Amino acid sequence: MITEPPGSPGSPVPGESFAALLRVQGMEPRWTLPPDASVVDAPEGTTVLAFRYAGGVIMAGDRRATAGNVIAYRTMQKVFPADAFSAVGVSGTAGVGIELIRLFQTELEHYEKLEGSRLSLEGKANHLAAMVRAHLPMAFQGLVVVPLFCGFDEDADQGRLYSFDVVGGRYEETDYAATGSGGRDAKAYLRTAFREGLTEGEALRLAIESLVAAAEEDTATGGPDLQRGIYPNVVVVSAEGYREIPEEQVAEVSREVMGAAR
Amino acid sequence: MNLPFYVPPEQLMKDRAEFARKGIARGKSIAAVAYADGMLLLAENPSGTLHKIGEIYDRIAFAGVGKYTEFEALRVAGIRHADLKGYAYARSDVTAKGLANAYAQVLGQIFTQEVKPYEVEIMVAEVGKDAADDLLFRVTYDGTLFAEEHFSAIGGQEEQLTMFLEENFRPGASLPTALGWGIGAFQAANGRAFEPREWEAAVVDRTLGRRAFRRLRAEELAQA
Repeated sequence: MITEPPGSPGSPVPGESFAALLRVQGMEPRWTLPPDASVVDAPEGTTVLAFRYAGGVIMAGDRRATAGNVIAYRTMQKVFPADAFSAVGVSGTAGVGIELIRLFQTELEHYEKLEGSRLSLEGKANHLAAMVRAHLPMAFQGLVVVPLFCGFDEDADQGRLYSFDVVGGRYEETDYAATGSGGRDAKAYLRTAFREGLTEGEALRLAIESLVAAAEEDTATGGPDLQRGIYPNVVVVSAEGYREIPEEQVAEVSREVMGAAR
Repeated sequence: MNLPFYVPPEQLMKDRAEFARKGIARGKSIAAVAYADGMLLLAENPSGTLHKIGEIYDRIAFAGVGKYTEFEALRVAGIRHADLKGYAYARSDVTAKGLANAYAQVLGQIFTQEVKPYEVEIMVAEVGKDAADDLLFRVTYDGTLFAEEHFSAIGGQEEQLTMFLEENFRPGASLPTALGWGIGAFQAANGRAFEPREWEAAVVDRTLGRRAFRRLRAEELAQA
């Protein structure tokens, strides 16, 4: 696939953008549907939330994907590493969302390798907003994807989080954010329970409590499933970088929270 | 009508090869040495910003000597090749062998068809699951591809460096030992000692997880 003397002047391959490279190769994802296409019942991922704690930011997502009133998938992953210092979660049409994230991850790594340095956190958020905006035609057909992005700002030495809307609007949130069908309920819970300077353990507990609260009000959100052993994905991004909370730890806290909820 | 002067192809190739070799010989060299957990790439490079060694993909590193703009263009093309392939298929489908072949094709084509051949020599190193799976390729200015075992060198002092490594290399060494051999090879070839800031060094190390590439810090180089 190295097709020409690379980087030669007038080469159509553009700078550091991987998406632009895909376009040149005719490999970019087609985020458009014909105008007369009917809406399909594609699986949808639901609740993802994120908030700040003392060490940085924490992000958690439930595991359920639904198609209409059917549970399409019980063990979906909605929270991913974007790069070593940021995490990204998706809600909305699962298939489109996962592809969006794969492209976003590749884009960040591609830039980092070519330039020798990472994009700024704001740069990453802006790029993600542009990607959401680019798939607007599909959103009008009902295939909506809304991500949530958070990371550790190495320059400002603090965790930051960004929420998005369907047209690619990007909003920096100060304390907490949530997206997806259970996002409203999760946010309502966080509004009362969030406070400054939570430790990592407290943050983990609050994240799971919020997801449980969302799962109680919203059928499309799956709470911790103790019988099947399916637990939310929880990740933190701190000064040391992106880290997944081990499943056993999430399971233990989930059991406590579910016990208390009962 | 003016006919162009006839130049026999042998002469043409010889002239081009000589031109490229001269260009490469003017630059500083790079050595690659295998160690227990991966592969070390060591370059004599006083610039802290213009790198000769770079990350291509999860387990693959690149090193180039000669004309900076030319090997930099090859590095960028390699990253594009790897990222496209990994995105279109799967991350595990990106291999050093495929990349080295693509480089050989491009360099071979440039050597015969462009006005001026590239004055570069490059190496592609990949760490596998264990030392037996480690791969090291060297591609010369005319697109000749070599698969190397354990160690290799490119640049003007290629021969002196490989000679030193041939005498000293033992499989399964630690990173500091391998670094010692690399530095020793440069010292023997140049007949002088080096300051830590004169080095650019990086490893692809199988213990580092998905992205195996890491640049060595000045402290690590000072200790060796």
